[in-house]
Amino acid sequence: MAVDYSALKKGGFMRQKQKDVFSMRLKVVGGNITAGQLETISNISRKYGGGHVHLTSRQGVEIPFIKLADIDAVKAELEAGGAAVGVCGPRVRTVTACQGAEICPSGCIDTYPLAAAISERYFGKELPHKFKFGITGCRNNCLKAEENDLGVKGGLTVEWKKDNCILCGVCVKVCRESALSIADELINLDESTCNFCGRCVKSCPTDAWRGEPGYILSCGGTFGNQIAYGLEVLPIIRGGDSFFRAADAAIDFFAKYAKPGERFRPAIDRAGWDVFRNAMEEALDA
Amino acid sequence: MPDYGIDAAVDITSVVCPVTFVKTKVAIEELDDGQILLVRMNDGEPIQNVPRSLKDEGHEILKLIDNKDGTYNLIVRKRESGG
Ligand code: SF4
Ligand code: SF4
Ligand code: SF4
Repeated sequence: MAVDYSALKKGGFMRQKQKDVFSMRLKVVGGNITAGQLETISNISRKYGGGHVHLTSRQGVEIPFIKLADIDAVKAELEAGGAAVGVCGPRVRTVTACQGAEICPSGCIDTYPLAAAISERYFGKELPHKFKFGITGCRNNCLKAEENDLGVKGGLTVEWKKDNCILCGVCVKVCRESALSIADELINLDESTCNFCGRCVKSCPTDAWRGEPGYILSCGGTFGNQIAYGLEVLPIIRGGDSFFRAADAAIDFFAKYAKPGERFRPAIDRAGWDVFRNAMEEALDA
Repeated sequence: MPDYGIDAAVDITSVVCPVTFVKTKVAIEELDDGQILLVRMNDGEPIQNVPRSLKDEGHEILKLIDNKDGTYNLIVRKRESGG
């Protein structure tokens, strides 16, 4: 029987150097795996694999040394145990995320629900080449947003509430961009230097800063053979609706302009960043 | 500067994170509820983190004073644990 390696790869089975064994990639969303899924993974690794797993650089889990003959049994056991096989090849890959505002004191956005929504909408979608989403909850950038084809970074648009302020001076000091100053019992915010880090909001003892969560997108990051940081082409955007309009536009642009086998970055470079920016802006205005 | 009626003071300028917060925490634990602590700290990392950690633990930050020598005095009131 001829082995259809590309179908196996698409379904997350990566051919190993050793003959007829595969490293099986699992579907992981936002780096979260339940205890139950871990048990399933552990059992499968013991029963069918080499008794270990590999943690990939993008929060993925692979179980190496799965035999070709066991693939169907492994798939069935995975599914019964609440886990799913991942994908590889030219399509939307694992959506990665840091722990975000639900867990991390510095978080500006809830990363996990966003990762789940992105994964739900795009995971496995066929494209000219691989496409990676990564979500980081704040400027600390633990998840390295700019390494992704579409990186999302949480930020807060801040507004001072005079009535709550006791003029303690903490926010002025913690702002690393020197965007804040105190004069005549008023706090002045220089919007041109504010980078939405949210430190003023988080450190104010009297909640005198209101912070509105938003998404800062970086586009065209790639960290493989070619290395380039993703670039911001839009101002900070708010709300899931706008986010998905922008993400749809980015993916449509990729599908339209990239040659087969070409990554998002060179496709934007070739089509022109102005053309790309226009497409993104139009999608948001629509 | 207004008089805050400081009850105790701790100097954390000779230690680094995370000892800065540990030392601050020990100092505030020795106080009675509602008493006021002065924490002298360096610019930079301590300013970024110590006020916020105190706030997260429910204490009340009253003022940050620039000593104009690269250090700052943070005035903080110990949380009333009853509520
Ligand atoms: S990027 Fe920000 S929110 Fe995410 S883990 Fe790092 S510090 Fe926390
Ligand atoms: S959000 Fe960050 S950069 Fe903007 S004013 Fe607040 S502390 Fe400064
Ligand atoms: S940290 Fe809050 S209370 Fe203190 S000066 Fe800034 S806005 Fe006012």
